[in-house]
Amino acid sequence: MAEPPILLSAEGISKSFLGFRALESVDLHIRAGEVHALLGENGAGKSTLIKVLTGVHQPDSGTTRLNGEQISVRDAQQAQKLGIGTVYQEVNLLPNLSVAENLYIGRQPMRFCLINRREMEKNARALLAQYDIHIDVAADLASYSVAVQQLIAIARAVDISGNILILDEPTASLDRHEVEVLFTVIRRLKARGLGIVFITHFLDQVYAVSDRVTVLRNGKLAGTSLCADLPKLDLVSLMLGRTMAEATHGSRRQETGPVHREISFKGFGLGRSVAPFDLEIGRGEVVGVAGLLGSGRTETAKLLFGIDIADSGTASIDGKPVKIGSPRDAIKLGFGLCPEDRKTDGIIGDLSVRENIALALQARRGWFNRMRQSEQRALADRFVKALDIRTSDIEKPVKFLSGGNQQKVILARWLATEPRFLILDEPTRGIDVGAHAEIIQLINRLCGDGMALLVISSEIEEIVAYSTRVRVLRDREHQGELTGASIDTGTIMRTIAADSARIEA
Amino acid sequence: MSRMLMAGLTRAAPQLICLAVILLLNWLAFPGFFDMRIQDGRIFGSVVDVLNRGAPVVILAVGMTAVIASKGVDLSVGAVMAMAGAVAATMTVAGYPLLVVLLAALGTGVLCGLWNGLLVGFFDLQPIVATLILMVAGRGIAQLITEGTIVTFIDPGLIFFGTGSFFWIPMPVILAVLVTAMAVLLVRRTALGLLIESLGVNRSASSYAGVNSRLLLLLIYAFCGLCAALAGIIVSADIRGADANNAGLWLELDAILAVVIGGTSLLGGRFSIVMSVLGAIIIQAMNTGILISGFPPEYNLILKAGVIIMILLAQSLSRTGFLHVLRPAPTQTAEAKVKRA
Repeated sequence: MAEPPILLSAEGISKSFLGFRALESVDLHIRAGEVHALLGENGAGKSTLIKVLTGVHQPDSGTTRLNGEQISVRDAQQAQKLGIGTVYQEVNLLPNLSVAENLYIGRQPMRFCLINRREMEKNARALLAQYDIHIDVAADLASYSVAVQQLIAIARAVDISGNILILDEPTASLDRHEVEVLFTVIRRLKARGLGIVFITHFLDQVYAVSDRVTVLRNGKLAGTSLCADLPKLDLVSLMLGRTMAEATHGSRRQETGPVHREISFKGFGLGRSVAPFDLEIGRGEVVGVAGLLGSGRTETAKLLFGIDIADSGTASIDGKPVKIGSPRDAIKLGFGLCPEDRKTDGIIGDLSVRENIALALQARRGWFNRMRQSEQRALADRFVKALDIRTSDIEKPVKFLSGGNQQKVILARWLATEPRFLILDEPTRGIDVGAHAEIIQLINRLCGDGMALLVISSEIEEIVAYSTRVRVLRDREHQGELTGASIDTGTIMRTIAADSARIEA
Repeated sequence: MSRMLMAGLTRAAPQLICLAVILLLNWLAFPGFFDMRIQDGRIFGSVVDVLNRGAPVVILAVGMTAVIASKGVDLSVGAVMAMAGAVAATMTVAGYPLLVVLLAALGTGVLCGLWNGLLVGFFDLQPIVATLILMVAGRGIAQLITEGTIVTFIDPGLIFFGTGSFFWIPMPVILAVLVTAMAVLLVRRTALGLLIESLGVNRSASSYAGVNSRLLLLLIYAFCGLCAALAGIIVSADIRGADANNAGLWLELDAILAVVIGGTSLLGGRFSIVMSVLGAIIIQAMNTGILISGFPPEYNLILKAGVIIMILLAQSLSRTGFLHVLRPAPTQTAEAKVKRA
């Protein structure tokens, strides 16, 4: 079979920021009618490469050719004119406008100097019909699920550009069924001859939909290959630059006799948020929390940490009753929480890595007991090293770090307070394989050091790998606890799914 | 140490250049601008005048900086000035001792600030709306205190705060310097600076990290109220009377402008009190310059607006223009660009 023609080719692309080499002589060839997966750990340079292709950043060196002709993309607008459309992870649409308005904003069909609404909605319906989406295009975008919004964003990008489509982690916030719908659309676009770049962290999805894969590592090209020629194990090694065995070897902890569980919650609950539950946890234990989105997992974490205040039940430590009325109360008791939503509840984007790490400790010490700069720097340096946080400088604003490194900064913030009980809500969401493995190793290490951990995760294999006990939630209730040998993927799945045919919905 | 100083000077370059240009223009328009002489135990001259006249806005800007850094804004400072002035004047006329008068006037400011902080921190009102309430009501309260008249006084103790001097230096300048120095020490020698910036960038994440954001907001607005009250006392002592309608009128806007010229973003976060003070001095240098250069007063406001636009444009260019090449664009702007395209 002849190789399809190359649509877009980038050769020898290099880009540095303030002396930090984000990309070093990277090549990427996108062929018509092909889905090209772009993989790499966080900070490997995927986003930078995409931003160079779409004109957000200008490369320091290298050439870009479109259909053999050399181009230099100055900005995102020009990229679209050239036919390069991008859909970002967070949907970039306006939720308060209608679906049709979102599709045609800035290029609405006009009649007598007024927007021809009927024409616009007719076009919108026809456009979406190509994707098998039949919805009311006059309704507000916000009334549809994230998946539909994502498809609308894709429809818009394809309609405007229609040559190359770049999908930056489009599946991050979709459930399994929605991912299937998205893949159907991708396959259809592929058949139309578009070149599609697909960035994801999910390896299964790479094999499900991609023809070719390019792996970046530390800003350099680690390899390019047809998916069919590259077994999954080799792909992972390519991404990590090391073998699989050491990366994900799960060390399942065995329960060692009766443990003293000093932290205890009895009948803790809050109205419609979470039904009352009991929870005991002690040193060196990892309690995994499994359940679907909206099953009350995050609500449980918020309750334990005093963000929401329980309206029933009591908490006690070493048998002494304690009050948890605010995060500050919880922190005083030696609790910590890495929240699910890193951006809104976790990082302080404009502040430096150093300040982000020092924040919780400083807040606990009080207003007038300031940590000296040198002390903050020493603290930050220690954790940057211990957690392998990749940043060129501890004074860099944390918003410029990749997702996995931001997560590590938040972890460092809590570890600096030397907590006795650490709650991690989806600590591995949206981060790459390498950081993923590191965070799992860290969980095991902390637990070994005698910390009590409660870890919430959607990835059941992950929970099985590190938990001493597993809590399963369904419909805002704690359904039960699995211990010892009963902790396995099948049992957890069955407990989650019991009497719930709604997973597919 | 000298490297830190150099870094500070580099950061302040646009503002310093701007101030130098304005002073130069003032000197060209009025050759006696830099002249100074000592008379009646006080230093006189246009430059001193700039600092003296600018003192109330400097003090307002110090408080406003903290508020804006916390992602808020305080529109009520002008009205609080009027209230504090009214309290000081009426109590002086009623014969209370100076110390009581001062404490009462400053206490009025703190109380107003606590009210604003309560609305913003505990009832989660938007700062612009929350402080608008007192901006409107405050002048009414001030009028009630003065019973609708301009209350004048002749108490030399109170007047000293407006026109007196200490070691040849006018009292308002001394007060402004003291307030600035104390505020800088307070935010940089304690953890307050870091916590305010953190709160301003991301209140939710700060609360998760254990920052007592409600109490901190209460304190910030109370401090801003205190500054406004002090500015009110100075203005009132200067004119030897309390004018509920005109004291501090529109000064909240000058204070906000000073903070913005100083480079603190209205979106909260990183702040510098010293830079805000520099901003306030720039505004006053401009005001004085326009007055002494003999332009018809009708042009004052328009000229001022023009100059301010240029300052802000220069700042915006220096941030996004030539620094753009060095720095990766924040993702948000990048995404916004894509959306617009």
